Amino acid sequence: MSGRAPADGFSVTRVAAMVERYWYLLRSSWPRLLELIYWPAVQMLMWGFLQTYVSQSAGFFARAGATFIGAVLLWDILFRGQLGFSISFLEEMWSRNLANLMMSPLRPVEFIAALIIMSVVRLAIGMVPVTFLAIAFFGFNLWGLGLALAAFFANLLLTSWAIGIFVSGLVLRNGLGAENLAWTIMFIFLPLTCVYYPVSVMPVWLQSVAWALPPTYVFEGMRALLTDHVFRADLMLQALGLNALFFAAGSLAFLKLLQSAREHGSLLQTGE
Amino acid sequence: MTDTPYAVVVDRLVKEYQSGMAVAGVSFALPVGSITGLLGGNGAGKTTTIAMIMGLVTPTSGSVTVLGAEMPRQRYRVLHRMNFESPYVEMPLRLTVRQNLTVFGRLYGVDKIRERIAQLAADLDLTDFLDRPAGKLSAGQKTRVSLAKALLNHPDVLLLDEPTASLDPDTADWVRSHLETYRRARGATVLLASHNMAEVERLCERVIIMKRGRIEDDDTPAALLARYGRRTLEEVFLDVARGRSNLQEAAQ
Repeated sequence: MSGRAPADGFSVTRVAAMVERYWYLLRSSWPRLLELIYWPAVQMLMWGFLQTYVSQSAGFFARAGATFIGAVLLWDILFRGQLGFSISFLEEMWSRNLANLMMSPLRPVEFIAALIIMSVVRLAIGMVPVTFLAIAFFGFNLWGLGLALAAFFANLLLTSWAIGIFVSGLVLRNGLGAENLAWTIMFIFLPLTCVYYPVSVMPVWLQSVAWALPPTYVFEGMRALLTDHVFRADLMLQALGLNALFFAAGSLAFLKLLQSAREHGSLLQTGE
Repeated sequence: MTDTPYAVVVDRLVKEYQSGMAVAGVSFALPVGSITGLLGGNGAGKTTTIAMIMGLVTPTSGSVTVLGAEMPRQRYRVLHRMNFESPYVEMPLRLTVRQNLTVFGRLYGVDKIRERIAQLAADLDLTDFLDRPAGKLSAGQKTRVSLAKALLNHPDVLLLDEPTASLDPDTADWVRSHLETYRRARGATVLLASHNMAEVERLCERVIIMKRGRIEDDDTPAALLARYGRRTLEEVFLDVARGRSNLQEAAQ
C-alpha cells in the first residue's frame, strides 16, 4: 500500500494532474496556440470593419452597428468555451488514452472539472489578446463593460460547459463518429440565440425557442447595454436559472452516457 | 489488503452485446500473489473479461470482486491499488515520457513521484528517453513505458494484455524477468492475457483457456500438458482451439 493515496472523494490533486496534462499538450504545439487566437482575431476584424462601414450611415443603422463587435466577442466566448472543453476531451480519444484514464482513480466529476479549467485557459489565450486588438483597431473596450461583462461571461461559459459536457458524453458513448458534433453543435445557437439581431426579428413561434436558450438573454442584455446604456440584471438572472437547468441536464446526460458506454463496451473501442 | 485469500473473484460472469455473447458464464478466483495466464483465440472473450475486472465494462450478469470491492460499482475503493498495461491503449504521444508518468503518478496518488519515476526509469532502462515525446519512441520503448505506467503505483493487482507484444526476444525476456521480480517482491496478483505460449508457460503457475466466451480448461501448465499429452502449451492451445479437447483424457 506504500506510496498511494486512497481514491475517496473529490481530489484537487487529480484535477490538477489533468490540467497539467492538457497544459503540457497545449504548450507542446505552437500551431495549436496560434489557432486559439487566429479565428477570434479574424472574426473580430471582419465584423469590426463592417461595423465601421455601417456606422458611417446615419440613424438606426449606426446605433445597431455598434453592437457588432460586442456580439462577435461574446459569441466567441460561447463558441470557444465549448470548443475548449470538447477539444481537451477529444485529445484523450485521439491519443487512445481514455481507457488509461477510466482505469485510473480519476472520477468523472474530476475529469469534467479539469476540462472546465482548460476551457477557461484556452479561452483566455484566444480571447484576451483579441479584446486588446478590438481596442487598438476600433476603440471597442470589452473590459469597459465591467460588471455586465462578468455576468455575460459567466452565463455564456456556463452554457458552453453544459453543451461541452453533453457532447463529450455523446463521443464517449458513440466514439469518434460523433466527433463532428463537437465542432458543429454550437452553430445551431447562432441563429436561435439572436447573436446579431434582436429576438423581435424572429417569427413569434420561434421566439419562444430563443427564450428557452440562456445565451439569448445575454445577447439581448448586451444590446440593451450598448444601445440603450441599460444593464438588464433581470435578463442575467433568467439566463442563470436556465443555465443551472442546462448544466444539470448536461451533467446527468454525461453520467448516463458514460454508464451506457460501460454497458456497451464503448470505452474499449474509442475509434470510429 | 483483502480479507479473503483471493485478490480477484469472477463469478458466473456474462457479457452479452447486441452483436452476440462475448463472455458466457465465466467463473474463476485468483489467489493473492498468484500469476495466471489467460489464453484464447481472437474473440474468445479475454479482453472483455479483463475489461470487466477493471470496471471498464459492466457485466450483463454475474459479478467481479477485486480486493473485496464489487466492480464496477465500488471501483473507486480499489482502482488506486490496480493497474494495467496493453499495447492497444496508448499514452498521449506529444507528452514526454516523464510528463506522462508524472500525470499518471498524480492521478494514482503516488508519493515522491520524481523518485518513483527515476527508480522505474533505472529498472526499465528508460533513463535515456525520459524527456522524449512518447510519439517518438520505438514500439519496444513504448511497451516499456506502458509497463512503467502500470507499475507506477505499486499495484496489488496487475492486469497485462500482451505485455511483450512488439518486443524483440531479448527485451521481451528482460520484461518477463522484471515482472516476475516485481510479483515476488510485492506479492502482487497478476493476470496475463497473451498469445505467446512460451511466455505463459514460463511465467504462469496457472492457465485459463477461453473459447467462445467460456472457460475450456483451467489448470497448471504441467497438468494441462499431461492431460492433453502434449509437450508445449502451444500444442494444447491448438487442441482446444480446434476442438480436440482433452484427447488424452478421452482416450483413457
